[in-house]
Amino acid sequence: MTRGQQFMQWIDDRFPATKVWNEHLAEYYAPKNFNFWYFFGSLALLVLVNQLLTGIWLTMHYNPSAELAYASVEYIMRDVPYGWLLRYMHSTGASAFFLVVYMHMFRGMMYGSYRKPRELVWLFGMVIFVLLMAEAFMGYLLPWGNMSYWGAQVIINLFNAVPVVGEDLVTWIRGDYLISGATLNRFFALHVVALPIALLLMVFLHIVALHAVGSNNPDGIEIKKNKDENGIPLDGIPFHPYYTVKDIVGVAGFLFLFCLAIFYFPEGGGYFLEPPNFTPANNLKTPEHIAPVWYFTPFYSILRAVPNMEGGVVLMGLSIVILFFMPWLDRSPVKSIRYKGPLFKLALALFVVCFVVLGYLGMKPPSPLFTLLAQISTGYYFFFFIFLTFYHKIDKTKPVPERVTH
Amino acid sequence: MSKDGVDSGRRRFLLWSTSAVGAVGAVGIAVPFVKSWSPSARAEAAGAPVEVNVGKMKPGQAIRAEWRGKPIFVLKRSQESLDKLQQINDLLKDPESQKDTVKQPDYITGINRSIRDDILVVIGICTHLGCVPQQREQLSPEEGGGFFCPCHGSKFDMAGRVFSGVPANDNLEVPPYSFIDDNTIIIGVDKGAA
Repeated sequence: MTRGQQFMQWIDDRFPATKVWNEHLAEYYAPKNFNFWYFFGSLALLVLVNQLLTGIWLTMHYNPSAELAYASVEYIMRDVPYGWLLRYMHSTGASAFFLVVYMHMFRGMMYGSYRKPRELVWLFGMVIFVLLMAEAFMGYLLPWGNMSYWGAQVIINLFNAVPVVGEDLVTWIRGDYLISGATLNRFFALHVVALPIALLLMVFLHIVALHAVGSNNPDGIEIKKNKDENGIPLDGIPFHPYYTVKDIVGVAGFLFLFCLAIFYFPEGGGYFLEPPNFTPANNLKTPEHIAPVWYFTPFYSILRAVPNMEGGVVLMGLSIVILFFMPWLDRSPVKSIRYKGPLFKLALALFVVCFVVLGYLGMKPPSPLFTLLAQISTGYYFFFFIFLTFYHKIDKTKPVPERVTH
Repeated sequence: MSKDGVDSGRRRFLLWSTSAVGAVGAVGIAVPFVKSWSPSARAEAAGAPVEVNVGKMKPGQAIRAEWRGKPIFVLKRSQESLDKLQQINDLLKDPESQKDTVKQPDYITGINRSIRDDILVVIGICTHLGCVPQQREQLSPEEGGGFFCPCHGSKFDMAGRVFSGVPANDNLEVPPYSFIDDNTIIIGVDKGAA
């Protein structure tokens, strides 16, 4: 044995280093037919690391008090060496995170990755999505700009819709009779400590569950059904080095676009950082037009589409809760869109259109026409999930191959 | 594992009783964590009353005051706008402020929603999702003057009453207030309490 092998042996006798490496990378067999859509899982990890690193560095200069928060962000932007870069990496990273996660979720919807036996992979992923929304919402209050302030005001007030205890609940969340330093401080604690810990734990569970059942693929067939004499799937290739190297291509492409945004469009035309947030929070003056950041607007549109506060809150909550049930709503005999009929393809395309339309409307001030459009889109958003329960009866499917195709 | 000599009934009792005691402890230790989120004593003490001088106000003029961190609209109404209030009841969700959810002191009643007819005092926070409405001289010819919320388009009249067909359900809240003398109101002190 060489010195290196002796060292690894010493470690392995005390900690399953080689075992874990093999189980999750060198001998984790992933289907060989992954396409473009399979970049987004590893990209989500990359953005998570970006958010953690830049976030830790930002806390070194940021001051979470109502008196100093806004000024400390300006200080980071103007006086801290490379502070502007760290902050833009973090704020653009938030938008990138949602873009990547939406693509990742859409991939799952196309190829039926939520179907048996991957229900828990999907559920853990949905919990990550909800935590991510909470993380983004609380992070948005921290710069203490006027949009931070009034955005938080609107979202926290949604809890007023809870019967009986609503008002006390809102006061309890704020820690004051209005949004104040107390609210800012607790959001800071949750944003930098509590939620990141929860996120990391859920990401760990997401990957453990995935590696227990193995990855789905664009054909939606189980590669574990066809194994060679050594028990290795015939259509599988080791994740490392094949997919680690392939993912580097995705990372390069992503970083190209990400840097383009950071260096040339850090405010994203007002969509990543909204103009009213360049004035300090003012508890006596609401900005002319309040809209959340783009990644929340589809759900915000659903809230506004209902001309009744309680109804709007319930429907918005339902629009996220219903996603958790995808694994049990879809009853098609095939998983992948490749072998489903034209009805499903049309329904999924319309779902994407409605989601984008809702997102667009959520950024615009309400008008009678826009409200009607939002109501139609909301209606279809929910119809899609009803459609999932019965389309297998009317939609034709194609025969699914035994082995993955290229 | 050997089960010899195990009294399973006794073991089950110990398991459940220790679990129950542990659960009580868990609930107990949760109390300080949950309670610490409530407003602090300092936040509760910050709600001192505010005086506003209304002596020099002209009809149609509005003053913004701040009480407990909330914007307070003090509005002097002309005779025409008071007359208008009587004519638009059909356009409103709750013209007489009779819903259970309306927040106003007991001494505020009727259509004008004020102690003295010409002076309106309301909390300038939309009852929908908490934005600050803007005062408008004219919402529309039928509706007359009032307040318009920029966030979701809710509209209120010159008595803070909400119009139909907008997301807000309730009339604007009226804070407790009273007149110290003819020219001065004090917000945060009930009528008769001073």
